[in-house]
Amino acid sequence: MNVAHQVERFRHNGHSHSHAQAHHSTGPGKGHRHVAIAGNPNCGKSTLFNLLTGLRQKVGNYPGVTVERKVGRFYGLHGEPMVLFDLPGSYSLQVRSPDEAVSRDVLLGREAGTPQPDLVIAVVDASNLERNLYLVAQLLDLNLPMVVVLNMFDMAERSGIRLDVAALEEELGVPVIPVVATEGRGIIELKTAISKATLTPPLKRPPMPEAIDAEVRTLAQTLPLSPNQAFSEALLLLTLHDRALEDLAAHRATVVAGVTAAQNRLKAEGMDPLCVLVEARYEWINRICQRAVVKPSRGGSPSLTDRLDRVLIHRVWGWVFFIGAMTLMFLSIFTLAQIPMDWIDSGVHALASWLGGHLPESHVRSLLVDGIIPGVGGVLIFLPQIMILYFFLGLLEDSGYMARAAFLMDRVMSIVGLHGKSFIPLLSSFACAIPGVMAARTVENRNDRIATILVAPLMSCSARIPVYTLMISVLLPRTAPLTKAAMMLALYGLGVVAAFSLAFVLKRTFLKSDASMLLLELPPYRKPSLRNVGVCMKERAGLFVTRAGTVILALSVLLWALVSFPKPADPSVSRGEAMAQSFAGQMGRGIEPIIKPLGYDWKIGVGLISSFAAREVFVGTMGIVYNVEGDEKAGDDATKGGTLRDTMSAETRPDGTPVFTPLVCLGLMVFYVLAMQCIGTLAVVRRETNSWRWPLIQIALLSTLAWVGAFAVYQGGRLLGFH
Amino acid sequence: MTRPASQKTALPGVSLATLAARQVARITGFDLPPERRARLLEMGLTTGAEVELIRFAPLGDPIEIEVRGYRLSLRKREARGIRVACL
Repeated sequence: MNVAHQVERFRHNGHSHSHAQAHHSTGPGKGHRHVAIAGNPNCGKSTLFNLLTGLRQKVGNYPGVTVERKVGRFYGLHGEPMVLFDLPGSYSLQVRSPDEAVSRDVLLGREAGTPQPDLVIAVVDASNLERNLYLVAQLLDLNLPMVVVLNMFDMAERSGIRLDVAALEEELGVPVIPVVATEGRGIIELKTAISKATLTPPLKRPPMPEAIDAEVRTLAQTLPLSPNQAFSEALLLLTLHDRALEDLAAHRATVVAGVTAAQNRLKAEGMDPLCVLVEARYEWINRICQRAVVKPSRGGSPSLTDRLDRVLIHRVWGWVFFIGAMTLMFLSIFTLAQIPMDWIDSGVHALASWLGGHLPESHVRSLLVDGIIPGVGGVLIFLPQIMILYFFLGLLEDSGYMARAAFLMDRVMSIVGLHGKSFIPLLSSFACAIPGVMAARTVENRNDRIATILVAPLMSCSARIPVYTLMISVLLPRTAPLTKAAMMLALYGLGVVAAFSLAFVLKRTFLKSDASMLLLELPPYRKPSLRNVGVCMKERAGLFVTRAGTVILALSVLLWALVSFPKPADPSVSRGEAMAQSFAGQMGRGIEPIIKPLGYDWKIGVGLISSFAAREVFVGTMGIVYNVEGDEKAGDDATKGGTLRDTMSAETRPDGTPVFTPLVCLGLMVFYVLAMQCIGTLAVVRRETNSWRWPLIQIALLSTLAWVGAFAVYQGGRLLGFH
Repeated sequence: MTRPASQKTALPGVSLATLAARQVARITGFDLPPERRARLLEMGLTTGAEVELIRFAPLGDPIEIEVRGYRLSLRKREARGIRVACL
């Protein structure tokens, strides 16, 4: 996804307009104004972005990192096009997460391929002015033209907060505009401010302790940047802590030496630069708020959030609601999604058989009918579940409940060394590990995030259900549905236990992190905006198709080739026999020595290999290996009318003993719970961790775990006298 | 302003983690490594700021506090390093 290209297009397609000439950092004729929206998380930044850009937005990635880059086009008061960047929410320019780092880098003009903004829209939550103004103080120090948006102005007024906008404007030295982004109120005023012909930097800067100011100026002179950029960079450098400086020392040793010297001088006077600066900023904020904000007196009637939290984080009702909400979410994912999934499934089958009937017999037909179409179908089939998952996640996030779920679950997650924010990624992985891995972005601490990603595929995803169902019915052909359900639940349970145990081990060995600290804002509850939820669903579905779908499709085609070639010399042999001679069959035989101790033969090996496109392909492959689905080709006589289950149950080894003994079935299920047989997840982990290191470690780790698990079941069971 | 670790017992007040629900207090100091302290400061937990302990999570940890008009949750481990004087 090339967003830089997109921006280029924005620049060239638009007709030139006079404003661009007056524009301070983009030269004449160079193009449109670049506007960045910055603000704390939960301030309604994305709502404003969605409102301004409509659907003219594009989601991509910043180069080298997995932080989302949201760019949109919008039009100023006189119809002049501008480019709008929605920066990731951040509490500070003193960054703690990759998301915050991107916001900082864009604002400082450090980000390659993204120009330094000509104008910053600082969005603040009008009901939570004090903390929100902290970032504003930092933004003012950047000395870029700026507009402050007092978002959710209505909610602040309703809760009894009185804001003196004129006083705020005077104190901050930049335009301040009350806005209700959810209703579009204040947008004209905002557009007027953004469309001004000449953009001027803020009239004031927040006060800075003199000693710090002097050191910043001295340091700035040593930096090879424009005066404005140098000041901002020097300020950030001076307030970096030791560890961040060490990281930087590798490539900018002389600068770091200067910073350390300055810090030491300040420390000798008893000043920790960052602490002193933060306290100075908050003093400034206190002064502004005393003048411009009148808060309701304490002890009024409890707010909606208070009343809701009394139930939603109650020690009994909190859990009831939590479990209820999660159950509803998964019931919807598994039942509602079934309807469109059936449509997709039958649509794909109909298309394949129609093409199969109308195209002449050839490799091309086979590629289309057996490779590409089922491959596309295999990707599309997951979309309904993923959309429903994101519908619920979007709803929970937008309403403010998600933070409460993390608050409830933090203690549980801390047992294995993770924190509450890891809960949602793991939960999402029950639908599909791909959105789960992507959701791990909200986990700030790097090691926690990687641990979460590594264990996410252990949560049984929906692609395992067909495999579990098949294997349970082979293992327990004539038992009550309740027993089968219990068996299914046990498999899910095994995955959860394995995920938590692995996280526990990882967090105590390779991924130790002392710094993991929970600082979780519990925002006020809000009515979720369906528009935001819709945008989120669309965006996520798009990411799933581009990031995972393309890889799954490619592998499906590769698998088709492995199964179809080389063609058997005698074209009349059954599909099963053809597969035996194919590359896939040969690979199955190739891995036989590895899987033999698990009690598997090469046919199961073919199934395991084919599962990499998506696990449920196992069922289809077994169907081909055992010549079921006899309706597609004449000559599949032996199995006509027999189901896959019966064929598998009846399958014997050369010595006459059955292949699918209870131990083999059980071992195979354990294998499927634990193994990471999913190329899509692998590709997404590679993107999310930005290296091959973690996906390779992950697949090695989980494959070993799966093999050992299946080995233990099979060989252990035999030792105990089962078969 | 920055106190060496050896002086931690000399810090005034009690720890934030010892407050009862709905108790209001004022921050008097920190007993945390600089990096952690800086993060709390940036979130508005500065010396002199008023905090109210809203509730403990159902399983006892983390805690929810109100500071500068918003709600923040943090673990007891950090809360123990925040010294407060009850109001």
